[in-house]
Amino acid sequence: MTQRPRMTGRRIRDVACCLLAAAALAALGACSPIEPWVKPYEREHLADPIMSLNPNPVSSTYLDHVFDTREGARGATGGVGGGCGCN
Amino acid sequence: MALLGCAHADVLPDDRADMMFHRYDGGGIIVQGPSVLVQKKFGDHVAFTYNYYVDHITGHVDTYAGASTDAVSGASTYHEERTQNSLSVELLHDKTTYSAGFINSAEPDFHSKTAFGSVSESMFGDLTTVSFGFTRGWDRVGERGSTLNAAADRRNFSVGLSQVLTRDSLLSFNFETSESEGFLNNPYRLVRYVDPTATRGYSTQQEQYPHTRTGNAGSVEGKYFLPWHAALDASYRLYNDTWGILAHTGELAYTQPLFRSWTLDGHVRLYQQRHATFYSDLFPYADSQNFMARDRELAAFHSTTIGGGATWEFHPTRLSWIQKGTVNARLDRMKIKYSDYRDLSVMGVTPGTEPEYVLDASVFQFFISFWF
Repeated sequence: MTQRPRMTGRRIRDVACCLLAAAALAALGACSPIEPWVKPYEREHLADPIMSLNPNPVSSTYLDHVFDTREGARGATGGVGGGCGCN
Repeated sequence: MALLGCAHADVLPDDRADMMFHRYDGGGIIVQGPSVLVQKKFGDHVAFTYNYYVDHITGHVDTYAGASTDAVSGASTYHEERTQNSLSVELLHDKTTYSAGFINSAEPDFHSKTAFGSVSESMFGDLTTVSFGFTRGWDRVGERGSTLNAAADRRNFSVGLSQVLTRDSLLSFNFETSESEGFLNNPYRLVRYVDPTATRGYSTQQEQYPHTRTGNAGSVEGKYFLPWHAALDASYRLYNDTWGILAHTGELAYTQPLFRSWTLDGHVRLYQQRHATFYSDLFPYADSQNFMARDRELAAFHSTTIGGGATWEFHPTRLSWIQKGTVNARLDRMKIKYSDYRDLSVMGVTPGTEPEYVLDASVFQFFISFWF
């Protein structure tokens, strides 16, 4: 049985990363207003369902899982963890 | 939960329910089952998402190459089931969306718990959405017929940016770094090494993996609205990790509405990876390295996936609480050509000269969705 690893230093780094992320988000939100170059009434095409980046989450999550269990690479697709089903 | 789904952070997802049947068939393994996804808003500021997912797995145990291998040789059949439940909540406050959730996955020899949280904010006239996410996972790895009960911990950090470029195009960037620590092996997989005294010319031993792994993945995705009411989607992802894997993923997709209630789509996905530094199809002798692997996910290969789907939209008149529904069918064909993973079902040849293994798989999805 493998002993559960200690990661006290990593926890500190996790908290630091979260604080940095929150600070960056707050700083971005505090920027002065920028005039939108695509007006709300010009977003008809962007609002069309075919322009959704993830129109069917149940399908894309499943397909990501299929690839994750057969390839060495993972991440940056928007999905999160769970089991493997591939032992 | 899904950074890519947060193109508009100041809007909660629509109320919808999806019921899916999925089936993977390839290399002597069939994985199929249901998946149910429900998204429901409560007021204007809170939404919950629940997903129930099952894999019924039918595979083969290969005494030479390990369980669930695609290179089947006189294998015996086994059945297994994995059940996954996930629940997440999204809170909308002004232009900011906070998400948190939990996933529990259970199968006889593998238990996984995952907690995740993210925050996304829409800014610059809702043209830009920035997201940060954190995922923490705890795995318990077992083995049929043994007392193995090992731990593995995972943590992921992600950053996303969605940007409206023009009235017809948008762009999305995602970066994710992942760390894993603990027992990262598949306990059923074996490596093989040259053994002139063995009947087949080689013997096997347990794999040995490093106990840590750190990976980085960055992706960019662009979507463009075509003048004849169609959409083109292109994406690229680069991945590398401390195990020496370097992978490229490229994908091109096209969506075309037809008539009033049909939508057709198709996509091509290309993937290529370099093998892990401690991977080998055939080691020169037993214990020849500290770390040894012959897991095909760590081999060098390239794959091509071609798929398509059809969606039919309907508006039920008798059930007034349903705004609309869709019936969807999708089929993907996947072909993986390995560069250094050989097919051990071919016998009577010198070890290391077997033909390279090729995996052909079909992935089928059928699902019905309702918006209410």
